[in-house]
Amino acid sequence: MTQLLEALAWIADPTRWSGPGSIPVRLLEHLWYTLLGVGIAALVAIPVGLLVGHTRRGRGPVVALSGAARALPTLGLVTLFGLWLGIGLTAPVLAFVILAIPSLLAGAYSACEAVDPRTVDAARAQGMTEWQILTRVEVPLGLPLLIGGVRLAAVQVVATVMLASYIGNGGLGRFIFLGLNLSDYPQMLGGSILVVALALVIDLALRLVERLTAPRGAART
Amino acid sequence: MTWVLENLDLLGSRLLAHVLQAIPPILLAFVLSLPIAKLIAVRGWLRTSLTAGAGLLYAIPSLPLFIVLPLFLGTSIRSPLNIVVALTIYGLALMVPSASEALRAVSGDTLRAATAQGYAPLQRFWQVELPLAGPALVAGLRVLAVSTVSLVTVGGVLGVPSLGMLFIDGFQRGILEEILSGIVLTVALALLLDLLIVLGARVALPWARTPRRKGARA
Repeated sequence: MTQLLEALAWIADPTRWSGPGSIPVRLLEHLWYTLLGVGIAALVAIPVGLLVGHTRRGRGPVVALSGAARALPTLGLVTLFGLWLGIGLTAPVLAFVILAIPSLLAGAYSACEAVDPRTVDAARAQGMTEWQILTRVEVPLGLPLLIGGVRLAAVQVVATVMLASYIGNGGLGRFIFLGLNLSDYPQMLGGSILVVALALVIDLALRLVERLTAPRGAART
Repeated sequence: MTWVLENLDLLGSRLLAHVLQAIPPILLAFVLSLPIAKLIAVRGWLRTSLTAGAGLLYAIPSLPLFIVLPLFLGTSIRSPLNIVVALTIYGLALMVPSASEALRAVSGDTLRAATAQGYAPLQRFWQVELPLAGPALVAGLRVLAVSTVSLVTVGGVLGVPSLGMLFIDGFQRGILEEILSGIVLTVALALLLDLLIVLGARVALPWARTPRRKGARA
């Protein structure tokens, strides 16, 4: 337990809270990479997922794709792109986007699929266009599931950003790998605690958004 | 390709180490999840709180868990035992909610009919409830196996030998083939285990073979 106290003392040390390479800088880098990865992936995956969910076509390939993606080792992708594309932001962001896409796709198509087909038919009978059905019926009703997909993608990317520090990128993973190289266990532990806290805060915040976006009056399952 | 042919021994030993770290957590998590799921399936408050806890646990990235666990286990950070325990914890976080859903989906009428026919509680669990929950349990096991195989690689950054070491070594020495063979072998191992589970389920659960049409149960 003394090691845990040392790690907490490492985090609390005021010199780690200002200047380049300090905890706030690494934290912001971590958040920025996560946002970048999830954002770019969302631009691609959410429209495709909604299209698949709305038309109910192409579900097979999408399910197969998200299943296969689970087998992809994140560390492998990060090092592969790092070696291939060299130092810079392109390599890690490419890995983040690829790893975020399956959860976002699954969230988007299940958001549409979870809506009662009778509700969709009723909307159609009332003269709504397909676009109106998607944006005014399916998306509002399925929003918690869509956000659930974003949450899983974000958590996945937070973990991958940490691994990407290994190939020389910023983020909180820096502390872990620096500690590893120096055999400095308190620093590794301190970095680990920070990453875990960040992952949990993001997870809980998006869970809250899921709750808040649940349509009023609709039965919660 | 020449790198691969010249280093078949290395690839073989990394693959073997990987399998030895992946199989125990998969088996442990699956076997342990059944009694836990049985225990919580009928207790609403326990199920919701444990499911929520499992969801949060699953949000924790694997590397920090590998680093924090030795504090409690007293192992070295590079010990494969550490990886096995960490991955069992993840496996439980994944498998307990899925197994409790699988058990809950078994019709209460069927279970009561079994009781009426004279099944003792334990006998009813083994002979009626478990087989009926089988297909859903297998679905959970497949996800568990594939994600565990992929997570083992993360131990590579700590220096625990597995296919993950190929990524680290390949990156440091600039050998693209080494990283690629690591990725290919990891995915192949995951798909092979998945296939074995599907085939095993066909033998063990012959009644589940005809694919049920979606919504046919409703």
